[in-house]
Amino acid sequence: MGGKNQGKKIKVIETSRISPPLGGMGGKNKSIMLIINNLKASIGGKSILKGITLEVKPGEIHAIMGPNGSGKSTLAAVLAGREFVEVTEGTVTYLGKNLLDMSAEDRAKEGIFLGFQYPIEIPGVSMVNFMKTAVNEHRKHKGLDPLSASDFLKLMRDKKELVEIDSKLANRSVNEGFSGGEKKKNEIFQMAMLEPRLAILDETDSGLDIDALRVVANGVNKLKRPDNSFIVITHYQRLLDYIVPDVVHVLYDGRIVKTAGKELALELEEKGYDWIKKEVENNVLS
Amino acid sequence: MLLKNNQMEKDQDKILSDVTTGEYKYGFYSDIEMERIPKGLSEEVVRIISAKKNEPEWLLDFRLKAYKHWLTMKMPAWPNLKIPEIDYKEIIFYAAPKARPVLNSIDDIDPELRKTFDKLGIPLTEQKHLSGVAVDAVIDSVSVKTTFKETLAEMGIIFCSFSDAVKEYPELVKRYMGSVVPYTDNFFASLNSAVFSDGSFCYIPKGVRCPMELSTYFRINSANTGQFERTLLIADEESYVSYLEGCTAPSRDENQLHAAIVEIIAEKNAEVKYSTVQNWYPGNKEGLGGVFNFVTKRGMCKGENSKISWTQIETGSAITWKYPSCILRGDNSTGEFYSVAVTNNHQQADTGTKMIHIGKNTKSTIVSKGISAGHGQNSYRGLVKVLKNASNARNFSQCDSLLLGDKCGAHTFPYLEVDNQTAIVEHEATTSKIGEDQIFYCNQRGISTEDAIGLIVNGYAREVINKLPMEFAVEAQKLLQISLEGSVG
Repeated sequence: MGGKNQGKKIKVIETSRISPPLGGMGGKNKSIMLIINNLKASIGGKSILKGITLEVKPGEIHAIMGPNGSGKSTLAAVLAGREFVEVTEGTVTYLGKNLLDMSAEDRAKEGIFLGFQYPIEIPGVSMVNFMKTAVNEHRKHKGLDPLSASDFLKLMRDKKELVEIDSKLANRSVNEGFSGGEKKKNEIFQMAMLEPRLAILDETDSGLDIDALRVVANGVNKLKRPDNSFIVITHYQRLLDYIVPDVVHVLYDGRIVKTAGKELALELEEKGYDWIKKEVENNVLS
Repeated sequence: MLLKNNQMEKDQDKILSDVTTGEYKYGFYSDIEMERIPKGLSEEVVRIISAKKNEPEWLLDFRLKAYKHWLTMKMPAWPNLKIPEIDYKEIIFYAAPKARPVLNSIDDIDPELRKTFDKLGIPLTEQKHLSGVAVDAVIDSVSVKTTFKETLAEMGIIFCSFSDAVKEYPELVKRYMGSVVPYTDNFFASLNSAVFSDGSFCYIPKGVRCPMELSTYFRINSANTGQFERTLLIADEESYVSYLEGCTAPSRDENQLHAAIVEIIAEKNAEVKYSTVQNWYPGNKEGLGGVFNFVTKRGMCKGENSKISWTQIETGSAITWKYPSCILRGDNSTGEFYSVAVTNNHQQADTGTKMIHIGKNTKSTIVSKGISAGHGQNSYRGLVKVLKNASNARNFSQCDSLLLGDKCGAHTFPYLEVDNQTAIVEHEATTSKIGEDQIFYCNQRGISTEDAIGLIVNGYAREVINKLPMEFAVEAQKLLQISLEGSVG
């Protein structure tokens, strides 16, 4: 068992050295935000991701689209470090480091943010206390002193304005009693507070009315910088009217079956996912 | 208030970063020369204890009556607890540090004993004591040092060991001892009344607001020794006092018995705040060892407008059986009970309160927060009783349970007996669970699992912790976190 795993590992390392799109080690690797190479993962023994290879550079917005059940949320879960997903093969390199070796909280402190598809309620814990703990953990990680109470409140105020979140939300318990739209806005607010290097938004647009959608998209656009990246996971092209992606990937049955520019999203909107399915099946047959 | 919150948040941050391991850190044993009497209980033993303490005849009589009554009683079978049989023949009922000359200064205290209290973070030197808490330290059975005695005496406040009170203020002790918890009250109260060794005594005279927190620190040190202490607290008319107690014990494989009594009397317009942070050794992860904590605590709101408020943070003990109660006899009197009880690993707790409304316009508030983890079993048991003449009585009860994991249990047994039509009695209850999803959500924002649990549990228990005096609030937050470490994931 152990021997088998070892063999796999060695093979993967070799691949990453020779395969051209991944570039060399060290400096050049660091200029790439995220390198996913042949990632395979399963949940409860069922194979979900069947070999994903993907590269995200700083300043890029990638959209990952695909029909339900294609593995989009599983990919987000692997990147964020959820333990119920078992990585069986492949590597993920984030800013030159082996992401899969890091705990979920270390990934977060290294700048990975996951916008949850279903944000979790934590009764009794105020947003202020929650965010303060999170922000100060991030600061500690960077060797900075914790923010004073007044500086922290000022930061909250600024970010609330930036993402147009209702001020009252911040005084309530984390997500408790929030409407669907409020929860999603709260995710964007937290993203603004933590200023991640790589934000993964898992179907943040699902269930949103057009106003909330605009707020979410505005948040992303305002937070976009040359040195950070976004992976926007979505089922519909609707969100991409507001957030313009640099690259669009189509995930189908655990594999990325198509990668193109933003025009791919429009094509999907027009034609649905069926033609992709057909194309994949034809490829397999031929 | 704002200042307090900021300070608390700061302290909380410090605590969260301080705490790294979940072992019971008070589990050391100090090698102090002890005087013990032979194990087992008999009339002879009761007489020996009384003689050792040079007690007056009336107190020996009280003990003997209690002992005889105890022989007729059985362990209560009604609690939702699995209590192994306790062999009273195997317990040593009296143990005291041997070298115990009259203590004139801190230097007279056995260095080993002083080390013990230093390790516990209990300062016995008044000069170095900055937080302004007067401490009575009780080790095994005997009170070893009461600080700030002189300062308090200037205001007429008596704060001393129970033994000293018997000698110096026999009239007060005679008048009030057993007036709230009679020696016939229950199995453990009778046992305590027969063999109690020492404890704290406190009297606040008319019109005096006690300027500092009074605190008793209890420690069981010797093996196979029961601890039976008694606290008697009298707040005379128009007086106010805030009283704290804390307790720890060494880690031992066998169970240790602790059966204490606390009696409080609040006269007209008097207010007593009684806070407990109970951290007796809870036993190891497999449920071996730990203290059996069978305690009777009761306060009498004797005069009009009097108020007694119990706050307890219960994180220790293998078994806890405890119902700090209020008898609301004076018209317009108020009783409060704020409790957080944690059971982790194999701990069991059956705890709650009794609010007995006798006077008119009496009010009571009960806020109970149970936290169960591991294989812990946590029961709330409470009685709200409104007597015929208690018109306009009001009670509000809130019982919340928080579960961590799926092998623990939470139970609620509320009893209501209302004999007056004008009474308003409300009861609310909730049960919730810390889920893996909540923990992961925190993790994803950069918060570690231990800190996440601390955040969630402290958020849940905040309403009760906020009732504690600040020094204890900080300790309580820390304790909650330590007691629950390793309980999720």
